[in-house]
Amino acid sequence: MSAPSTQSPENTDINVAALSIKSLQKTYKNGQQALKGIDLTVDVGEFYALLGPNGAGKTTAIGIITSLVNKSAGEVSVFGHDLDRELEAAKACIGLVPQEVNLNQWESVGNIVMTQAGYYGLPRKLARERAEKYLRALRLWDRRDEPARNLSGGMKRRLMIARALVHEPKLLILDEPTAGVDIEIRRSMWDFLRDINNAGTTIILTTHYLEEAESLCRRVAIIDEGRIIEDASMASVLRKLQREVFVLSLSEPVAAAPELEGFETSLRNELELEVAMDRERNLNDLFRALESTGLNVVSMRNKSNRLEELFMRLVENKQSGSAGEAAS
Amino acid sequence: MNLGLNAVAIRTLIHKETVRILRIWVQTIVPPAITMTLYFIIFGNLIGRRIGTMDGFDYMQYIAPGLIMMSVITNSYGNVVSSFFGAKFGRHVEEMLVSPMSNAAIIVGHVAGGVIRGLLVGGLVTIIALFFTRLEVAHPLIMLSMVVLSSIVFSLMGFINAIYAKKFDDISLIPTFILTPLTYLGGVFYSISLLPEFWQSVSKANPILYMVNAFRYGILGTSDISIGYAYAIVIFFVVALFTACLMLLNRGVGIRE
Repeated sequence: MSAPSTQSPENTDINVAALSIKSLQKTYKNGQQALKGIDLTVDVGEFYALLGPNGAGKTTAIGIITSLVNKSAGEVSVFGHDLDRELEAAKACIGLVPQEVNLNQWESVGNIVMTQAGYYGLPRKLARERAEKYLRALRLWDRRDEPARNLSGGMKRRLMIARALVHEPKLLILDEPTAGVDIEIRRSMWDFLRDINNAGTTIILTTHYLEEAESLCRRVAIIDEGRIIEDASMASVLRKLQREVFVLSLSEPVAAAPELEGFETSLRNELELEVAMDRERNLNDLFRALESTGLNVVSMRNKSNRLEELFMRLVENKQSGSAGEAAS
Repeated sequence: MNLGLNAVAIRTLIHKETVRILRIWVQTIVPPAITMTLYFIIFGNLIGRRIGTMDGFDYMQYIAPGLIMMSVITNSYGNVVSSFFGAKFGRHVEEMLVSPMSNAAIIVGHVAGGVIRGLLVGGLVTIIALFFTRLEVAHPLIMLSMVVLSSIVFSLMGFINAIYAKKFDDISLIPTFILTPLTYLGGVFYSISLLPEFWQSVSKANPILYMVNAFRYGILGTSDISIGYAYAIVIFFVVALFTACLMLLNRGVGIRE
């Protein structure tokens, strides 16, 4: 998938933030407080990750930005257009790829994209050209006359991206766009999104895959229980991951985990050994230590869900910080 | 409000609705045509012959405008309620909600879809009626304006029904328990002059009576009620219902959390 150019340089005003959120709160009718006053600024041209566990408030925040959810309090502006005062202008800047498939399953692929273009005021001729441009870029042009229900899960996700891009928004918001998509398509979607971002479109991405955020995004905000607990560069957030766990497959069964100096070891089963180590340590040290035990390693993989680990670490830090504050 | 953008958005929505109506023509066009043909055969031809004349017209001739209006009303309502609720249910209503098209444009586009289907079915029922009776249009402008205004009224009602509906059952409750009885009691099959005075007064509280009679006046030149009064009522409903739809959408009722 190769992305066509979307933005001309004059489309982007670098003096305003692509997205500015101040003290945003949302309390649902059932009393659930989904957002407890979040502040967030996304610069123009940024590729921004919004991470958090299920129910953290990511989708609510996106719902409010795209006006699918009414906010309880706070301010949101998109490229300087306040949602309360210039809703139409703010909406015109945004393209949304929602988490759940929300395509009209009976409508044809081409019509879905053309119709969306029409809702943004694109004349039919231009809508047709844009539909072709993005359906070709996302490898769906050959399926343009088929109803959306005939598409595979990955194709539906790509169709939602084409639909979100047809009016060439300045800000593209993707809510878990690669969920349930196989690795090959996921990686080609990454390339596509990278190209779109390089062409000038600001992108906000929510994902469960840290690898995805790590590969694409330069900045990251982590949201937990309706609060932003981290908002920093991707590099500085990743530095907080001190420890990694590897699973080693052994050629011969072993009865007990070997003791390796400087590493924590445990057996998953007689053919699989788990080794925990600090990120500063060199993998060569591990293999030297293993060699001294006479064990043969046939393969190795990273065990931990790094995103989960990151969340846990940040949440633990937050809790110990607030406990410290309470004690002082 | 960006008028150019909204004009394109309304045109797009009308195109989409028209494609939808024609794509599922077996569900949208054929059933009302069959139902109305049965009405003409059973009520107009078989039973109507025994009834004789009404207001100086053959019974078949008398009920034809009422049956045309009935099909327009039910199909306008049905189109909007099923289309907008379907979009809510499938969540593709979000395509409109995230876009900069105004709420007024969303309403106008859907209502136009309801009017298109109402007029398509109404036109087909008129053609069927011509196989059974002779219809000479006495006041073409009244006939046309009344059928379009009535179609708008019931399209707007269908829109409100769709806004509040949470499940598919909710979109059939009002047509079954309110719309159909009001239509049957709205002077489609009889002149209210046949009723006792008390029931005549009760019938005059039914807005469909005014629509059916004004439309019948447009075709046959006869009516139980004042045409001016009928226009006042229909226009009042158009304005009141459009305002209600707009307020509901602006507040996000049924569509935004």
